[in-house]
Amino acid sequence: QSTLVVAEHNNDTLTPITLNAISAASKIGGEVACLVAGTNCTKVAEEVSKIKGVQKVLVAQHDAYKGALAEELTPLILATQKQFNFTHICAGASAFGKNLLPRVAAKLDVAPISDIIEIKSPDTFVRTIYAGNALSTVKCSEPVKVLTVRGTSFEAAAVEGGGAATEEVSLSSPVGVSEWLEQNLTKSDRPELTSAKVVVSGGRGLKSGENFKLLYDLADKMNAAVGASRAAVDAGFVPNDMQVGQTGKIVAPELYIAVGISGAIQHLAGMKDSKTIVAINKDPEAPIFQVADYGLVADLFKAVPEMTEALNK
Amino acid sequence: MSGRVLVGVKRVIDYAVKIREAVKLKEKKLIKEVVAVSCGPQQVQETIRTALAMGADRGIHVEVSGKDYENLGPLQVSKILAALAKKEDANLIILGKQAIDDDCNQTGQMTAALLDWPQGTFASEVALEGDTMKVVREIDGGLETIKIKMPAVVTADLRLNTPRYATLPNIMKAKKKKITNVKPGDLGVELTRRGECREGRRGHTERTVIRRRTEPDSKPSVPAAGGALGPFPLQARLIRTRLRPSVCASLPQRLCVGLCSMGLPLRMKRHAALTVTAGV
Repeated sequence: QSTLVVAEHNNDTLTPITLNAISAASKIGGEVACLVAGTNCTKVAEEVSKIKGVQKVLVAQHDAYKGALAEELTPLILATQKQFNFTHICAGASAFGKNLLPRVAAKLDVAPISDIIEIKSPDTFVRTIYAGNALSTVKCSEPVKVLTVRGTSFEAAAVEGGGAATEEVSLSSPVGVSEWLEQNLTKSDRPELTSAKVVVSGGRGLKSGENFKLLYDLADKMNAAVGASRAAVDAGFVPNDMQVGQTGKIVAPELYIAVGISGAIQHLAGMKDSKTIVAINKDPEAPIFQVADYGLVADLFKAVPEMTEALNK
Repeated sequence: MSGRVLVGVKRVIDYAVKIREAVKLKEKKLIKEVVAVSCGPQQVQETIRTALAMGADRGIHVEVSGKDYENLGPLQVSKILAALAKKEDANLIILGKQAIDDDCNQTGQMTAALLDWPQGTFASEVALEGDTMKVVREIDGGLETIKIKMPAVVTADLRLNTPRYATLPNIMKAKKKKITNVKPGDLGVELTRRGECREGRRGHTERTVIRRRTEPDSKPSVPAAGGALGPFPLQARLIRTRLRPSVCASLPQRLCVGLCSMGLPLRMKRHAALTVTAGV
């Protein structure tokens, strides 16, 4: 029994969700190998070899792997799978993993399991369905189990303490049906949404993109990340990568402050595992209060500045 | 270009952005025909009809019912779609990115794999330029642009466009449009459960475990990170409500009825495992 974890990185640093995927792989048991594929990723491979729990690092460097296109990475993973006969292949349930692994699974003719939150045994996994309202325990009898792992449900593996051997794997020949052109990443000095200890999120109640400044001010005082509901993203207040919810990011911070968010179940699916949930909303009937530990029925335009003010003292 | 687009529509609430995008491509004369496809029992014809009213030219109903429908997972659906794409000589398939019921987010990627076509997943913008398509994708940190060769599979993000609603004349016209009925067998797709990963979903012998959040053992104190919140007049209000009709409306019927009859509040967060025989 052995697991291949497909590392997500930008050729410079490893994306943190890979650490959660590695710890999930360690839970499955057996050997854990990590595939680092990129254009110039020696640095990342070194980083990965030090991670606790990783026994083997497989490196593949070629220009074709630029932008981590699923069309190019799939044949590489299949070839690696053929060589090492892994029983499990996993990656973080990020845009990267969700894009790539189902393609790999279909090529292996197996049904993949998305976004698992718990490992019961090497072939039994728990995942959420119906926007997080029900849990489904899935027993998988496929010869190769292909999984994506919800980052917030597994601890990050320690970045030190491992000493994995690195080996080059043979490269797949370029497929050439897709080309990566550019990336426009939102720049922010605030912590990353999915790993932040505190998240302040705004919804339609904020009324405009400018008003999100209220949340940014509050967030900066608390070293918090800022998220948004789908309504706020669809209304164009903030960019899509801030969306918390079923089809956006799943977060589980220590403290989640929902401001002007009514709490559609699709939003709750993305945040209800937060340790403490605080909701501020004008409407006492808003469904967000059903999951909130602390609810403040108030006008956010008064309450939020008051909070920021109090933090200044 | 004289292409044909297959658009997958599902019986559960469908946001219809996919149809809109396909129809837009047709209006720009970039493709010639929009075909709405759905797999499932007789009732999915209604979904197809809606797609036709929104501008699709014809429909294909892949008839899957009873036991087979219970076994129908993303892998089987991809096999059906891939076979149909070949049969219909389609050069673009547009699907949703993630179903609201099983949240798998797999079908598009797997269909592309089976056809060996490139995939433009989580697309928020597409531009067809000759035999390539530029796709703006929603990724974790922002947006990414890729160029893929046609034929291709695109999975639509919610922001791909705003859905078009069916107008009465179009609903009338849709009644005359043709829906072809095919069986998975006609397409050479087997629906037997072969090492399938779906226990605990729909079968009546297996069980679905639904956990709900229990009332907190003790009122959680605001953790260190939020310690600064101390001075605020935060009214600790734990509102305990049973499932409200508005919440029910967005849940699939059967699950919802099950939950309501058990009187569970919608706070399924922590443990207190409750085992419910499937079929809820």
